[in-house]
Amino acid sequence: MLEEMEVAMEIRNTGILVTGASRGLGLELSRLLAREGGRVVMIARNARDLDDAVRVVEDDAATAGLGGEAHGLAFDVGSKEAVHRIAGAAGALVGNIDVVVHAASTLGPLPMPLLLDTDCEDLERVLAVNLVGPFRLTKALAGPMVLRQRGLVVFVSSDAAVSAYAGWGAYGLSKAAQDHLARSLAAELEPVRFLAIDPGEMDTKMHADAMPDADRATLARPADVAARLVALIRNAETVPNGSRLSLGGAR
Amino acid sequence: MKPATRPRGLWKLRILVVGAVDGVGGVGGVDGQPGAPETYPARALPDLLRAGDLVVVNDAATLPASLPARTASGEALELRIVGVTDVDGSAVHFTAAVLGSGDWHTRTEDRPAPPCLMAGDELAIGDALVAHVLARSVLSDHLVHIELGLHGAVADPAAIWAALYRAGRPVQYAHVPEGLALWDVQNAWAGRPWAVEMPSAGRALDIGMLLALRACGVEVAFITHAAGISATGHPEIDACLPLPERFEVSEATARAVNRSRARGGRVIAIGTSVVRALESAARASTAYGASSNAALRAAAGVTELLLGPSTARQVVDAVLTGVHASDTTHFTLLKAFADRATLDGALATAIHEELLGHEFGDAWLVWGKPRERQVSSQECEEREEREEREQTGRCAPAPRVSGATVAA
Repeated sequence: MLEEMEVAMEIRNTGILVTGASRGLGLELSRLLAREGGRVVMIARNARDLDDAVRVVEDDAATAGLGGEAHGLAFDVGSKEAVHRIAGAAGALVGNIDVVVHAASTLGPLPMPLLLDTDCEDLERVLAVNLVGPFRLTKALAGPMVLRQRGLVVFVSSDAAVSAYAGWGAYGLSKAAQDHLARSLAAELEPVRFLAIDPGEMDTKMHADAMPDADRATLARPADVAARLVALIRNAETVPNGSRLSLGGAR
Repeated sequence: MKPATRPRGLWKLRILVVGAVDGVGGVGGVDGQPGAPETYPARALPDLLRAGDLVVVNDAATLPASLPARTASGEALELRIVGVTDVDGSAVHFTAAVLGSGDWHTRTEDRPAPPCLMAGDELAIGDALVAHVLARSVLSDHLVHIELGLHGAVADPAAIWAALYRAGRPVQYAHVPEGLALWDVQNAWAGRPWAVEMPSAGRALDIGMLLALRACGVEVAFITHAAGISATGHPEIDACLPLPERFEVSEATARAVNRSRARGGRVIAIGTSVVRALESAARASTAYGASSNAALRAAAGVTELLLGPSTARQVVDAVLTGVHASDTTHFTLLKAFADRATLDGALATAIHEELLGHEFGDAWLVWGKPRERQVSSQECEEREEREEREQTGRCAPAPRVSGATVAA
């Protein structure tokens, strides 16, 4: 039974929703959380990739034996119509959602063009997936957290939200705005927690898309970053609400 | 009373206060006599309450409970989920009313007769989903128990729920011409999808209002209640509404109720589903009719409790709910709070002030007689209720809570 106020976030038996869960950080995070007994709802656009990812996470959870679950919902977080489908189906599957991790994001067109060479529609799509999508989903999922007076929403950010790099304009400004979304929600909705987390440079498909020539040996493994993120989720109460935190990594 | 014909923002909603006695915020009469009904903007709700009160909302999200379907021979029909019978981890079971072809533009009672379904029938819903008819309900041939699955695949519940959310749409009625999206039928705090129609009294509050109430010293808690269908167009089903509904009152909410009572606060239910859940929990906590001062305990289960003039409320002091005409079951429920003369007078005021009715309409906040003074007039009200039920042919009232478990 829920206590009205809790300090450390318990992972076991907690309803957790992760977007961008079919690969990279989202997948590794889902895996760790389900291993620890979390009831994880994994969201990704591509149904086949997501099915494979869910199977991996389910197997891991079964091996760990703490009752963790994985459920896959193939929806596009950039679509307004998808939001209550995601929130409703997730609530039906695992009950109340106490932790949300927005790990889905898009770089926009590849190779990444200068801002002035970016089509307006492409900028809008980047904002839809990286900013408006997380806003909408948070609108649906953080409301009940306000009622319950507990919950945590993590926005995966980037170094590009703070520093400007040529070619990273659309992505960077979407992430800068997303950081501010976390801060603003925190200012309004204490004691519900909102954090923006910069995972650092990781060896992911997204990184390869952005910088195909990077030396992969210098990049952090998503599984290692996910482990640090799980520790942070568990201790989210110990950092100021609305913080932007770096989890290390190169650059 | 005119119905509201589209979703309206909170800033447009008004609240008619009925039966307020204590003069808080200038509302209500003095010397224990109820004041005349008065309207306020919905935003004024914190002014209508006082520190120490407890507001309880229903946190159920609204399902896309209207499913367009086809029989194996290609005949079109609509399945309307009226209740979740079982979610056992591997199967998704519902009870659904069967409506003839067409959609909400046609009034439910004017829809063509639906095909007769039998156990073993399979219905196609959209591209992916299949409803297997398990059995017909004893209440009606047009009420069936179904199990959802996917075409040609052993599907996990996630795939079934995703397909249900893609194929279904919110239940709506002919007085709202434009198609509703799921966004239009969720309260700001909606969590688990248990409701087949929106617990619509919640429209009068938003997240800012929850915070404003808390800032005024009003506590806010929640129950989860599977708010049911308003009408199916089948008289034999509609006579039995509300059907038994699933509810859950948490330990935290039970404690909030007990705290509020201990400090002399009042319990305000946002919506009739909250009344049904809290009063059901009270009846699960104590033997029915036992001391109304017993502590409320957590409870969950399926409730068949019907509220009306003979109900002695054990928990709830006031209800904020949509304004409904006097021939509805909803209006009957309000007689658990105020007598017919008071409600008829308030309804006349609502019509005079051009308040709008139905789910997107305005609201009234009906204060009950103090709970300890309910018993005196109970006998004649019971008779009134009995006669009313005979006239309308309703199912016999059965104030019991089945399958309820009470946490220690």
